[in-house]
Amino acid sequence: MQITLTVNETDHTLDLDPRVTLLDALRNHLDLAGSRKGCDHGQCGACTVLVNGRRINSCLALAVMHEGDAITTVEGLSNGTLSPLQEAFIDHDGFQCGYCTPGQICSATAMLDELDAGWPSHVSASLDGPCELTEAELAERMSGNLCRCSCYPGINAAIRDARDRQA
Amino acid sequence: MKHFDYLRAEDTTAACEAGFGRGAAFIAGGTNLLDLMKLEVMAPDTLIDVTRLGLDKIEEEDGGLRIGATVTNSDLAADMRVRRDWPVLSRALLAGASGQLRNKATTGGNLLQRTRCPYFYDTDTPCNKRTPGEGCAALGGETRNHAILGTSEHCIALHPSDMAVALRALDAQIEVQSPEGKRRAYYMDNFYCLPGDTPHIETMLEPGDLITSVFLPAPKGDRQVYRKVRDRASYAFALVSVAAVIRMEEGKIAHAAIGFGGLAPQPWRDIEVDATLTGAKPSAALFDKAADILLQGAETHGGDDFKIPLARRLLPAVLEEATS
Repeated sequence: MQITLTVNETDHTLDLDPRVTLLDALRNHLDLAGSRKGCDHGQCGACTVLVNGRRINSCLALAVMHEGDAITTVEGLSNGTLSPLQEAFIDHDGFQCGYCTPGQICSATAMLDELDAGWPSHVSASLDGPCELTEAELAERMSGNLCRCSCYPGINAAIRDARDRQA
Repeated sequence: MKHFDYLRAEDTTAACEAGFGRGAAFIAGGTNLLDLMKLEVMAPDTLIDVTRLGLDKIEEEDGGLRIGATVTNSDLAADMRVRRDWPVLSRALLAGASGQLRNKATTGGNLLQRTRCPYFYDTDTPCNKRTPGEGCAALGGETRNHAILGTSEHCIALHPSDMAVALRALDAQIEVQSPEGKRRAYYMDNFYCLPGDTPHIETMLEPGDLITSVFLPAPKGDRQVYRKVRDRASYAFALVSVAAVIRMEEGKIAHAAIGFGGLAPQPWRDIEVDATLTGAKPSAALFDKAADILLQGAETHGGDDFKIPLARRLLPAVLEEATS
């Protein structure tokens, strides 16, 4: 079926089988290969993209259901220059093989917005907010993104640094 | 994934009518359904998209909240009214899944999510829930995360939700629209079916029935606790969880409603447990007695033997916190 996806502020009209996931539409039909296919079951977070500013697993989403949504991939985070998070991942060696990195960066981008919005997490002592980005909060809020190289010290340092640069 | 037709419903009436068709399934967040469709555990002929029906609002009603069926788990957990007056619900939601999944998963979908029994997922093994009459590979198999209450000789699968455990302790009601256009409501107590000899029938929903909202009545207890024990600190299903809604008056428990996760084929509640606690003065002996009542008749299967001592410790710990 014919649909129009709005990805990184550009409209793309595609003829897709309804089975095509948002992830496969991005990678295989729009050549945006930054979003990665890891587990393809919503467990690893490598496919994380932003839909209307919210982070989701694009492997567990049908492309046809996202017509009219504003989809942002890792390619859309840098507008000529790298985003503060992307810079920080480089500065802090927030990766080894790099496979999970686009998902980590997209996820962290939205996670920091959730923090700004005062969303509590499972480890927040109070539901009233606001929350400090402690180690426990960072680990909890990023638990949907796995890194098989276990670069978590660098990833966490990068997210924390980007947060500080924003402040 | 098997081929299906995709239909975007314009309103709830059209959705219910389309949903009545053979092989039809509703899709909202899709985080569970698409996963199961990839594995061909579920293979609907038609998917009806119910995300554009305006069911994404949370509105105040009769001192409570009417939560639209497609309100996401994230939005529900972050709602200031829920955080203030129904904190056990925010806590349960935040204890489940990951940030990404909570942004997609919906209230109605969470209630209807399928078991994570590995044999239900593995189409090479028999499963009465997946294919009625086929047998149950979990019995005699790996049973670390199976039910010990309310099971049958045909199925020992768990209901995996955290949210629904809190909703059961909060006496929530589920509003359903039928293909005939009629609306009806179920208390959480009457919505789920025990497996018996029909483990493939999990709820009271008939073909074409669409969950339109969940009603959260005014809270009956101000002391609310959700505690979840799991294999990892985050992003894992409950081994055992407890949702407690308590109100204290003059040193005694005036209201007690306790929900349990990780123990049964449905979000569990035992009226005898609630009745034992209600009107009593909190004490270690009382809490132990409540645990005894909860676990009378529990049947374990080897891998899940630990759930009895775990629940026996977790319930008193939660009650201690909620009543002190």
